[in-house]
Amino acid sequence: MQARVLACAACHGAKGEGTDNDYFPRLAGKPAGYLYNQLIAFRDGHRQYPPMNYLLAYLPDAYLHRIAEYFASQRPPYPPASTPAIPASLLARGQQLAKLGDPSKDIPACASCHGAALTGMEPAIPGLLGLHADYISAQLGAWRYGTRKSYAPDCMHEVASRLTNDDITAVAAWLAASPGPANPAFAPAGSLKMPLRCGSEPQ
Amino acid sequence: MMESFVPAILSLTRSLARAGAGLALAASSALAFAQGPSGASADIVKRGEYLARAGDCVACHTQPGDKLFGGGRAMPTPFGTLYSPNITADNETGIGKWTADEFYRMMHTGRSRDGSLLYPAMPYGAYTKVTRADSDAIFAYLRSVPPVHQPNRPHEMRFPYNNRELLLGWRTLYFREGEYQADPTRSVEWNRGAYLVQGLGHCSMCHTAINALGGSSESKAFEGGLIPMQDWYAPSLTSNKEAGLGDWSIEDISDLLQKGVAKRGAVYGPMAEVVYDSLQYLSDDDVRAMAVYLKSLPQHGGDNGANGKSAMSGEERALLVRLGAKIYDAQCATCHGKRGEGKLPDFPPLANNQSIQMTSAVNPIRMVLNGGYAPGTMKNPAPYGMPPFAQSLSDEEVAAVVTFIRTAWGNRGTPVTAKEANALRSATLN
Repeated sequence: MQARVLACAACHGAKGEGTDNDYFPRLAGKPAGYLYNQLIAFRDGHRQYPPMNYLLAYLPDAYLHRIAEYFASQRPPYPPASTPAIPASLLARGQQLAKLGDPSKDIPACASCHGAALTGMEPAIPGLLGLHADYISAQLGAWRYGTRKSYAPDCMHEVASRLTNDDITAVAAWLAASPGPANPAFAPAGSLKMPLRCGSEPQ
Repeated sequence: MMESFVPAILSLTRSLARAGAGLALAASSALAFAQGPSGASADIVKRGEYLARAGDCVACHTQPGDKLFGGGRAMPTPFGTLYSPNITADNETGIGKWTADEFYRMMHTGRSRDGSLLYPAMPYGAYTKVTRADSDAIFAYLRSVPPVHQPNRPHEMRFPYNNRELLLGWRTLYFREGEYQADPTRSVEWNRGAYLVQGLGHCSMCHTAINALGGSSESKAFEGGLIPMQDWYAPSLTSNKEAGLGDWSIEDISDLLQKGVAKRGAVYGPMAEVVYDSLQYLSDDDVRAMAVYLKSLPQHGGDNGANGKSAMSGEERALLVRLGAKIYDAQCATCHGKRGEGKLPDFPPLANNQSIQMTSAVNPIRMVLNGGYAPGTMKNPAPYGMPPFAQSLSDEEVAAVVTFIRTAWGNRGTPVTAKEANALRSATLN
């Protein structure tokens, strides 16, 4: 399978570990359901990024499943955590949002769905570690403005809409600055009671 | 390594995969059996579905991820944007009120039900060759698909092309009406292949150069051309220097058409779409018939001596080749081999690969920039993919490595400049 996904490796690394480019995310160890949803969305144009849309255009569902499972099963080391270039107060806000959320603004913690270790939950909630701050903030922006969409109800659109620009900077920097998890396993399906309904992770 | 043929004229920027449509088609065929349009037997509907595959109707008349044959797909042309019409049986917005006679007249003469002239993005120049019986079967099949209520979106053609009367002139120059006439000196198989290639397959829409009027000349049929708006080059099928198939085996041609990969190369870009949406569904016999016909095309054209000649100085070229060889060893040789021999069946050979050496370097440059997967087909469900290098190689490096593969190992292509590589960075990707 590794030879079949060489086209992915150019940007995402041989085992999906990511590269030093800010916008090519780590794929390794994200739940297969999440990766599959993204592959389908890129193929069918629901998630827009022309190089990805082009590469996947003529690949059938079953093959996209295999590709998703391949990257989900990889366990390459996490990159060294980045040193955040933001003030300590903002970093603290990022940690608060990730671990506890902000109940006064109805913002759930990242951990409430993505797992206490932030490694994601099966079948379709991704891990958040090992990503670059710019990638995370770009995705949160895209969720907020609706340029990245998910199956309805689109929980990430709701969450991102409640975040200020500073919140996004803060949580992206804190996540990128967090070391890789001791145990990269994702949480089992249904093990977390999610605060919002999500179309891609029905409960 | 990279043939690229395409079905539709004036070229649709192909957005995305049509797997959704594929599923819908499968579902609707079950329906078709159950319901059948009035008067049409299930057999005819089934045959119509097959023929609609051969004609690749879905490519233009279905929006990716949307309802089958609902239309509305944007087709950018050099003259403005066309939107494909709804061809479901909906009475108000589709072809629900059409008769089989009217449908045949449209296929055969390029005139719509109300008599208006169709833009030649509808390949009636090819479909005119379709028999009445096949036209009726396709019509019966379209009537069996669930009707979609979706009004047609008006075309956005620029002046003067928005005046359809101008099409009269175009038709005089480029349109020859008439069903396919069998050549009695040829085999039944050859004639079947010719019928499919010239008719429903509408291969000449891309594989014949399109001139400034959006017309293609019959005398230059299958001699290849750049597909407008898409920036892929549809190679000549009549020149052994391009995709001419004279020295290909029937098996290799059939594999390329049906599986998407063959020992001599694989399809990418627009031709990957044709294989994915259309050719993979054809029977072994029909694909073989097409191969027999294509192999028999007279070999001419394309031998314009351009190979090997270039305005580039010898010194500049030597520099490029040296840099290109270095990049090749580091980035390409693992899969394509130290001597460009490839690793069959998964990594195509580059040495003696016609599509690398063609006069137009558009396809090899695009493959290096964008990479690409061969289509996933029933006979090759998990294809290998070429990585993109746009993000890691500079214009000069792309030019160098493409120059290298076009001139190494006995390949006789011309060098490529950084400017040519740069121009294709902005090519439409979907």
